[in-house]
Amino acid sequence: MRKKLLASMFLLCLAVSSVFANGSSEATSAKNKPMELTFFFPVNVGGAVTKYVDKICNDWNAEHPEATVKPVYTGNYDDTVVKIQSSIQGKNPPDLFISLATQRFSMYVQDAVVPLDDFIAADGAEGKAYIDDFLSGFMEDSYVDGHIISIPFQRSTEIMFYNKDAFREVGLDPEQPPKSWAELADYAQKLTKVGADGNVERYGVGIALNSGSAQWQFTGFCLQNSKNGENLMSDDGKSIYFDTPENVEALQFWCDLQNKYKCMQPGIVQWTDLPGQFLSGKVAMIYHTTGNLGNISKNASFDFGTCFLPGNKRMAAPTGGGNFYISKGISKERQQKAWEFIKFATTAERTAQWSIDTGYVVTRKSALELPQMKAYYENLPQAKVAYEQIPISKPELTSYDSTKMWRILNDAIQAAITGEKTPAQALKDAQKEADDTLKKFK
Amino acid sequence: MFFKRTSRRQMNQTLLAWLLLAPTLFFMVLFTIWPIIRSVGLSFTAFELGMRTPQFIGLENYTYFATNALFWKIMRNTLYFSILTVVPAFVLGLAFAMFVNKKYRRGIGLFRTSFFYPVVMPMIAIASIWLFMYMPETGMFDQLLMKCGGKPLGVLSNKKYVLPAMAAMYVWREAGYLMIFFLSGLQNLDHELFEAALLDGASPTRTFRSITFPLLAPTTLFVSITALTDSLKLVDHIVIMTEGAPNNASTLLLYYIYQQGFIFFDQAKAATLTVVMLLIMLVISMGQFLNSDKRIYYN
Amino acid sequence: MARKKFHVAFYLLGGIVAFLWLVPLIWMVLTAFTKASFVMQVFPHTGWTFGNIAYVWGQVPFGRYYLNTITIVVCTYAIQFVTITMAAYALATLHFKGEKLVFLIIFVQIIIPNDILIIPNFMTISDLGLTDTKLAIMLPFLGSAMGTFLLRQHFKTIPRALTDAAIIDGCNTAQVIRHVFVPNAKTAYISFALVSVSYHWNNFLWPLVVTNSVENRTLTVGLALFAKSKEAVLQWTNVCAATFIISAPLVVLFLVFQRQFIESFVSSGIK
Repeated sequence: MRKKLLASMFLLCLAVSSVFANGSSEATSAKNKPMELTFFFPVNVGGAVTKYVDKICNDWNAEHPEATVKPVYTGNYDDTVVKIQSSIQGKNPPDLFISLATQRFSMYVQDAVVPLDDFIAADGAEGKAYIDDFLSGFMEDSYVDGHIISIPFQRSTEIMFYNKDAFREVGLDPEQPPKSWAELADYAQKLTKVGADGNVERYGVGIALNSGSAQWQFTGFCLQNSKNGENLMSDDGKSIYFDTPENVEALQFWCDLQNKYKCMQPGIVQWTDLPGQFLSGKVAMIYHTTGNLGNISKNASFDFGTCFLPGNKRMAAPTGGGNFYISKGISKERQQKAWEFIKFATTAERTAQWSIDTGYVVTRKSALELPQMKAYYENLPQAKVAYEQIPISKPELTSYDSTKMWRILNDAIQAAITGEKTPAQALKDAQKEADDTLKKFK
Repeated sequence: MFFKRTSRRQMNQTLLAWLLLAPTLFFMVLFTIWPIIRSVGLSFTAFELGMRTPQFIGLENYTYFATNALFWKIMRNTLYFSILTVVPAFVLGLAFAMFVNKKYRRGIGLFRTSFFYPVVMPMIAIASIWLFMYMPETGMFDQLLMKCGGKPLGVLSNKKYVLPAMAAMYVWREAGYLMIFFLSGLQNLDHELFEAALLDGASPTRTFRSITFPLLAPTTLFVSITALTDSLKLVDHIVIMTEGAPNNASTLLLYYIYQQGFIFFDQAKAATLTVVMLLIMLVISMGQFLNSDKRIYYN
Repeated sequence: MARKKFHVAFYLLGGIVAFLWLVPLIWMVLTAFTKASFVMQVFPHTGWTFGNIAYVWGQVPFGRYYLNTITIVVCTYAIQFVTITMAAYALATLHFKGEKLVFLIIFVQIIIPNDILIIPNFMTISDLGLTDTKLAIMLPFLGSAMGTFLLRQHFKTIPRALTDAAIIDGCNTAQVIRHVFVPNAKTAYISFALVSVSYHWNNFLWPLVVTNSVENRTLTVGLALFAKSKEAVLQWTNVCAATFIISAPLVVLFLVFQRQFIESFVSSGIK
């Protein structure tokens, strides 16, 4: 009995110590041990993207055993933002991470990330050339108060995917996708197919309305409709313009697609459901990220096309996606290695390969010149649309306290769609809440 | 001034008792008592993203929520959800218990198994399955509606149906759990009473109304409180199914706490809501206290 | 005759309700092992495959999550075993100053579910520098009011004579606990084990907020990440496979030890 007890106590101690050992290994990493950088990253598109990130890290680790990078998959964008925040709050931040470009003001005001200006300056002319090589449409999402905070990586824009077979079926020209809101509403109604039992067999168009997606779609509508192409916020991220008459009009149009023209599925259309519904022929046109191109082109059993989002006063589209950040609360050496890793992950070759593997938009000019990129566009012309759309694209809603701003806007859009409020009322309420929240940053 | 005389033996007992209780109490105080005090303290401060230390602001958080339409909407949701879950789960749980409380019938174990198994499944797994069942048009629920000649509802994205739909899932899980308490209550009842009623020619409904149900009263109160507490403390399904959509129609109080604390990182507001939740729990436990007739102390 | 009719109706009604209750499980298991389709059917018509399980197992480190979850569940119970035994012994046999205070603390923990204290508890874990560790997931549960109370009730039924005999034999307190109390309360330990294990296996919100990395994530958090990820798009077969992977052990355990499960859940509610 005594022996048994002793043995079980011993096992218990062993188990407990293993818990401790598996825990914060950071603390024990002494000087002679090689550095290990923790790297949080989100995946927000279909297909097995984690393995491409793992590959980049493995390539780096093979060359840099002195400072290995450990990739940690932290869910979709929203989950990743939460995980980064809570690890900062828990005083155990990752060394570097990919997060939404729109998080930069929040990250900066919390003192959570280090400005990259010094690293770039230390690289001299090479550093300047590196920054200049990024497409300016993406690079402009990296600044706060004139400092460069992040480096573009998994960047996307939204394009329209449409089912050419369905277009032919209802007598529309498959090479002439809708170019304006009016055409969109018209085509979408034609494409909507009602079965004998009165149930809709196919919807004309699908545009996601769930929290975390609706604000992105709305940015597109607003850019297409605003007076002079103004966005939803000021460049310094301190002012929000939700309730302009043009934005109300845009929201009204979106509601009409669902409630008046009845060519969009009722209720909250889910971002994650859309590709599946498109692939199964349940919806003929969807607004979706270019990041899903790989997934759709692999699984589509019909002829599909991609095109710019239909415009109204002008053609326009929102950009989105994630950038690299480096944490502030870590040693200089670790920051330096993290910076080198970022440069490693964004060389022209890797940028091109990343784009080909996933469908994300190429972020560097030099990557476009590479033969593999040219061959890719040759084989999959649908992919080129995204790149061509960048010059007319603008960043999605970005401000201080952006998580809260997103939620406010998403709630307002959902309130309008479900008929709880009129578009004007919903946006007016949202404006007030946003103003109240942003007051303290002015 | 004089000291009460305590025997050495009693001193020793006290010392020994506290030594034995020390580890348990340490964890209880650190993770139950201290957080309660801390929440109350934090609720009088401002402590949000970017702030290093909390700042005292008095009752501002409370007035913020008292005048906030969203807060009251969420409180209404929470109350509505509780009613939608507690009542049907209670009725079904009792019905199931009566149903499987016939030991002599064959195959009763199979029924009991199928009513109870959801309890041992993770809520996250359940929510993932039901999310698909509720998927608009392609999900099982809408398919069934369409087969019966109705229109698909897409319940999870509809502000009217989202809470009832979640409640249905919840009842499906909770009924089996409540069943086992009723079952044990029923099996502890005095069988002679029933035989006497049978001899008197009382109808089954009458027997249930006049004998079974009154005798089950202690169980009933316990079960109601359990069901109510459970409905307030489980939010895993919201994370998976809706994240509060559409426009917070499915946000419940605990999810709101999670959202304030871990999505917006406004810890003071989250603490304020925690205090609200604690008060609700306190009120509910009053019922439990009345029920327990101090058995906790002197059993 | 009427009795027979009644019997038929009884089983028919029971059968229908029981089947309804089983639909989600049946669908989940069958879908996990069949090829993808776009329409949901209780009994899928597509061919059988192990592909979904294999794909999910390859995509998500469920092996690691299993190891983490088992470690957490086992360690939590092992520590609880020690803490509740000591506490329950004190409460069952000793009379001491401050008894009421101790009962009050226990009572507070019973009425305040741990889930609602995530905010302040997360702050405590941060202060201790323990975020993203397995220990953080376990800590708040190591002093269990429910377990202590359950065990105390059992200890109280152990005849005083047994204790006295042991003392006459020269046993000290530790030996009395070990040789008299622990062996005589096996059912209580098993009851609490089943409740504790299923609670921690299924727990979600707390592990979600205190863990970040694969090394510490539990099965439920892993499933949630996967189910919410954009990879799950259209592939409900894969989500079902993942759901199957994480819930199978407990469901199978339940099917085998039904009686014990139900009894322990009953006794864990304070009657």
